Amino acid sequence: MSNTPHTAGIVAGRLPADAYARNFGDAEPPLDRHEAQVAADRCYFCHDAPCITACPTDIDIPLFIRQIATGTPEAAARTIFGQNILGGMCARVCPTETLCEQACVREAAEGKPVEIGRLQRFATDMLMTQGVHPFTRAAPTGRRVAVVGAGPAGLACAHRLAMLGHDVAIYDARPKAGGLNEYGIAQYKSVGDFAQAEVEWLLQIGGISISNSMALGRDVTLAGLQADYDAVFLGMGLAGVNALRVPGEDRGNVRDAVDFIADLRQTPDKSALPIGRDVVVIGGGMTAVDAAVQSRLLGAQNVTIVYRRGQDRMSASDYEQHHAQTAGVRIVTNAAPVAVHGNGAVTEVEFAYTAEGPGGLSLTDDRFRLRADQVFKAIGQTLSGAPEGLALTGGKILVTGPGRTSLSGIWAGGDCAAGGDDLTVTAVAEGRDAAMDIHASLTRRG
Amino acid sequence: MADLASSFVGITSPNPFWLASAPPTDKEVNVRRAFEAGWGGVVWKTLGSEGPPIVNVNGPRYGAVWGADRRLLGLNNIELITDRPLQVNLDEIRRVKRDWPDRAMVISLMVPCDEESWKDILMRIEDTGADGVELNFGCPHGMAERGMGSAVGQVPEYIEMVTAWVKHYSKLPCIVKLTPNVTSILPPALAAYRGGADAVSLINTVKSITNVDLDHFSPFPMIDGKGSHGGYCGPAVKPIALNMVAEIARHPDMRGLPISGIGGVTTWRDAAEFIALGAGNVQVCTAAMTYGFKIVQEMISGLSQYLDEKAMTLDELRGRAVPNFVEWQDLNLNYTTKAHINQDDCIKCGRCYAACEDTSHQAIAMSPDRVFTVKDDECVACNLCVNVCPVENCITMVELPVGSMDPRTGRPVAPVGTWTTHPNNPSAQAAE
Repeated sequence: MSNTPHTAGIVAGRLPADAYARNFGDAEPPLDRHEAQVAADRCYFCHDAPCITACPTDIDIPLFIRQIATGTPEAAARTIFGQNILGGMCARVCPTETLCEQACVREAAEGKPVEIGRLQRFATDMLMTQGVHPFTRAAPTGRRVAVVGAGPAGLACAHRLAMLGHDVAIYDARPKAGGLNEYGIAQYKSVGDFAQAEVEWLLQIGGISISNSMALGRDVTLAGLQADYDAVFLGMGLAGVNALRVPGEDRGNVRDAVDFIADLRQTPDKSALPIGRDVVVIGGGMTAVDAAVQSRLLGAQNVTIVYRRGQDRMSASDYEQHHAQTAGVRIVTNAAPVAVHGNGAVTEVEFAYTAEGPGGLSLTDDRFRLRADQVFKAIGQTLSGAPEGLALTGGKILVTGPGRTSLSGIWAGGDCAAGGDDLTVTAVAEGRDAAMDIHASLTRRG
Repeated sequence: MADLASSFVGITSPNPFWLASAPPTDKEVNVRRAFEAGWGGVVWKTLGSEGPPIVNVNGPRYGAVWGADRRLLGLNNIELITDRPLQVNLDEIRRVKRDWPDRAMVISLMVPCDEESWKDILMRIEDTGADGVELNFGCPHGMAERGMGSAVGQVPEYIEMVTAWVKHYSKLPCIVKLTPNVTSILPPALAAYRGGADAVSLINTVKSITNVDLDHFSPFPMIDGKGSHGGYCGPAVKPIALNMVAEIARHPDMRGLPISGIGGVTTWRDAAEFIALGAGNVQVCTAAMTYGFKIVQEMISGLSQYLDEKAMTLDELRGRAVPNFVEWQDLNLNYTTKAHINQDDCIKCGRCYAACEDTSHQAIAMSPDRVFTVKDDECVACNLCVNVCPVENCITMVELPVGSMDPRTGRPVAPVGTWTTHPNNPSAQAAE
């Protein structure tokens, strides 16, 4: 392979063969037993612990850490999974620095929180690698629930319903289950096909069927599901992607960051993935960071994230921003794209600096161009093809309480539902809570 | 730097830190390394009578108790006295003392409880150049079953008798090492005193089982599926040792009897506490076995700095806390403090709240935004919140001046009043 990071254009194999395994291995290696013991010893077992409050799934963190400290990581895993059946993935992808670990009193005390995320991974990996599924189903209720989407919300909802004795049929638009866990997570956060292993482990509860490549509105309809099932949960995520709406957006090599990330996840041999020499990523969230960092890890020479507002407004956490910068990504803020230039394919992106005023964000006349042979758009995803008749708010499905939509018998959760952060852990909580509400509704007397 | 030079029953050493009779002092190589590291003296590991060598177990000799981060808090052992030939030990003692004349060299002894045996061993050690002897009446395992060690230390008459033999047959200063495995330390100490002991040293180890192997259902240390009680030492036994040292130090009949303090001395601060409660010097083992001989350097620098800061000599520190070690009935029951939480230092863990609310006096309030405050009208000043708080000095006890209102009782804080004069005490003496 003669390509290098300097090679012009979009080419594969920019790096020596051995670099790929290193770059796409575990960003944070798992704790071994000794490390876990030392980390667990730091927990103060706080009263009404702030970390629990900060966890969208309310995991009893001090309890599970104490269970690790006393040599029973399997019991710790049960504590975690009881609240969050996707605790394995959440241990890998949760922005703990803005959730439990930010709330940890040792962050206040020493600026060094207990490593809750890594301890959670230690415990959950322990049980999952033993192949132990810690839950059993209640007696069958004879009730059937349809779940749309096999992402975190749908899986959490389905598992809880199955546990309570209901039969669950999941319909998912993609060829593989897992949703963003499978298609949307940076490779180095979840290595070794963990998402599929987790789905298989979760399905050991029984009573759940998954139909792949079955999209709502294309292969199944909401009306059909309502007719065939006792209840429906919608957790199909956000399939649409926002457009830049600037001239030249349709030029070659301008694509959605989520597609790039999905391709990356589905390609076992990363050296076969072509990547540009000069990559520009537009956006300020986790998707932008994941696309930018992985572009660097594939060997792109120059990678720039451009975000229209100030750095403090980026939805990617400080930790993620720092991670990007350490990976060699340049972050340009207060600039918005105004044109994509090129001749067929993109060669440059033109930006205008922005100004924040009382009337909102405005473009200034101060402009600059960045050389680009590849552009990734990461300016947000949208709900596309929402079924008719469902009330929406802010472009998402309107829900009240535990995921109740405007239509009776239909619940929703995860990214497609309004409210809550678009995080895996939030989706799990919403799916779980909707399941409890569905269960209450299905078992109500009279 | 304060002068730490120490003289204990006439035995001088450059500092008051001696290594206790134990594995670290069993061989020439260890003791030389100890002196090179700066230890003021050693009590050579206990010698027995001439005869077939002592036999030790060949499985684990030690069990342990750990705190967070596997910090060793307590150690127990089932090792016996030296298992090397007597003459080898005597030769080594002579050589080391010759090369390190300024360091204290005391020999620990344990032989059968008859006059001939003691007379004989004292003759054997006479020309080693050793500065003194320590009588091991403390070891609670192995030797005790053979009528030695703590089997002697638990019978005051034997202590007195053997001590008198030793004083009769040897001119060397005699330190009697006491076992804590008794209901009161005073009878054995008084017996040593009556027998003519120049000093006592304490405590030896405490009978213990550190843990149980839950797979083999055996006490630990486990030897082929079985365990025996061992002798417990290390930081965990320090409170027991401090109390026993202080009981002897304040006893009117033993006033002035030198005490060598032993039991969990790990830092300069521990040593200073023993000395303040009346110890003339301290002996260390577990800390050295945990961290190596170099720890003595922290003990030396720390004690020097403390004495400098207090503008005090070692002699002035000695026994300074003894007059304040009183019986409960002599405590001022009118003295009133209230816990105070420093909000700037509080990390909001809520442990003070859980401890007080669940297990004590419901005297800490917790606001919805996790601000913890003491309810002065409920606080009895028990100090539990201080003890469970992870941040040192975040919670302190603030004294209420005499005459100020105690919101809990609704009465002003009264001047000094003890149980001896308390109205609820049926035996109270009316104030003159």
